[in-house]
Amino acid sequence: MKWSDVFTSSVGRKLVMGLTGLFLITFLVVHAGVNACIWANDGGDMFNKAAHFMGAMIVIRVVEIGLFAGIFIHIIQGYVLEFSNRSKRSVGYDKQLGNRGSKWYSRSMGLLGTILLLFFILHWYHFWIPSRFTGVEQTQVNGVEMHNMFALMQITFSELWVVIVYVVACFSLFWHLLHGFQSAFRTLGVSNNRYIQPIKTIGFVYALIVSLAFAMMPVSLYMGWAH
Amino acid sequence: MEHYLMNLTLKVWRQANSNAKGKFETFKVKDISSEMSFLEMIDVLNEQMIREGHDPIAFDHDCREGICGMCSMYIDGRPHGPWHANTVCQLHMRAYKDGDTIVIEPWRANAFPVIKDLMVDRSAFDRIIQAGGYVSVNTGSPVDANATPIQKDNADAAFAAAACIGCGACVAACKNSSAMLFVSAKVSHLALLPQGNPERKSRVTNMIAQMDKEGFGSCTNTGACEAVCPKEIKMSNIARLNNEYLVAGLTIDK
Ligand code: SF4
Ligand code: FES
Repeated sequence: MKWSDVFTSSVGRKLVMGLTGLFLITFLVVHAGVNACIWANDGGDMFNKAAHFMGAMIVIRVVEIGLFAGIFIHIIQGYVLEFSNRSKRSVGYDKQLGNRGSKWYSRSMGLLGTILLLFFILHWYHFWIPSRFTGVEQTQVNGVEMHNMFALMQITFSELWVVIVYVVACFSLFWHLLHGFQSAFRTLGVSNNRYIQPIKTIGFVYALIVSLAFAMMPVSLYMGWAH
Repeated sequence: MEHYLMNLTLKVWRQANSNAKGKFETFKVKDISSEMSFLEMIDVLNEQMIREGHDPIAFDHDCREGICGMCSMYIDGRPHGPWHANTVCQLHMRAYKDGDTIVIEPWRANAFPVIKDLMVDRSAFDRIIQAGGYVSVNTGSPVDANATPIQKDNADAAFAAAACIGCGACVAACKNSSAMLFVSAKVSHLALLPQGNPERKSRVTNMIAQMDKEGFGSCTNTGACEAVCPKEIKMSNIARLNNEYLVAGLTIDK
């Protein structure tokens, strides 16, 4: 067996999806953790410091490259799988099995993922591109010059439609994670029944907390709960 | 349960051969007994059609006792019909009532081309088995049955996996037309036993390679297969297959 086969066979492609998925799942914890600093209610100082710290660390910059690689591999591989799987049944059924066999969200990972991708493009435009390239207004925290990301968040989330789009994306994120979390472990070969149930439970709690936390960020800023 | 008779409308997929374009045809059957099996009901219809000079409906069946895996009908949107853990041949007409309309389709997957009407070609499964779903043994007198000790739990799990009858309902139900439940049952059956150990790495890699070649989709763990499998093959077998594949992929010699 060639090395390439290990990652390009049907099982291998799923392995890639699972591994990149778990990597992104880990990233989301860090991302949510840093962002949660907005609720310190200190005018965004704590959040700005955290964001500055992340942006200034060389390790984080390297990991960022890995992160983008992970996201793009996950997206491309996801679409490759989705379209190749769809092509395996040219003549469809008159009557569908539907929800009798599987959960709707487990069958809709491509759709949920596409919603997330569209959201990411907007999200990068809102925050990542300004912070890296086009510039963000500066502020001083304890005498250190840094980007005022908090102010950028306040401006961005002063528009209702943006808040709505972000909340919708968080819904998609929840369902995507609910299936993806446990599916990734199965794909990596966790077959022991003693693990599957706890993994499902942890996956549910994880998906709920992460997507709820992210959804509450734009809402908090719009409502002025975080200031 | 009380015996009763019923009249039914059947909407059946008809297709002359694998190249022809198929379509649904509607039939009426009268005085069907609630004691009949589903296939007997089709037999009644077919006899009626033969008497009237029509081409009867082609469908696969053999044992009619739920053990061979030949019968294959997608009934009202579910492989093998409405009953849980059941084959079509073991589906009985007491599942229906007078006046019902039943839609019958063949398994749909490009890897299972329609031969005629409700009959599909499942030889892809045979080729997957040939690629590695066996153990090589020397000829000669059989080994004593108790010569190799096997842990009871493993023996039970292997036996449960071996119950797969290769019907293909898992492929029919899967949105990806994936054969993973079938292949995982066959891989698990042997991976759990010491007899399967010597060939375990080549088995899983060869079977997956053949599965891909046959044009089945890849598994996305939706669970539709498990829900319709007449032999209740568990999805945990798929995870075991993934594990076997990962280990083999990383450690195999050539
Ligand atoms: S796994 Fe179940 S549904 Fe699939 S072929 Fe075997 S018995 Fe049939
Ligand atoms: S005819 Fe043998 S299992 Fe149904």
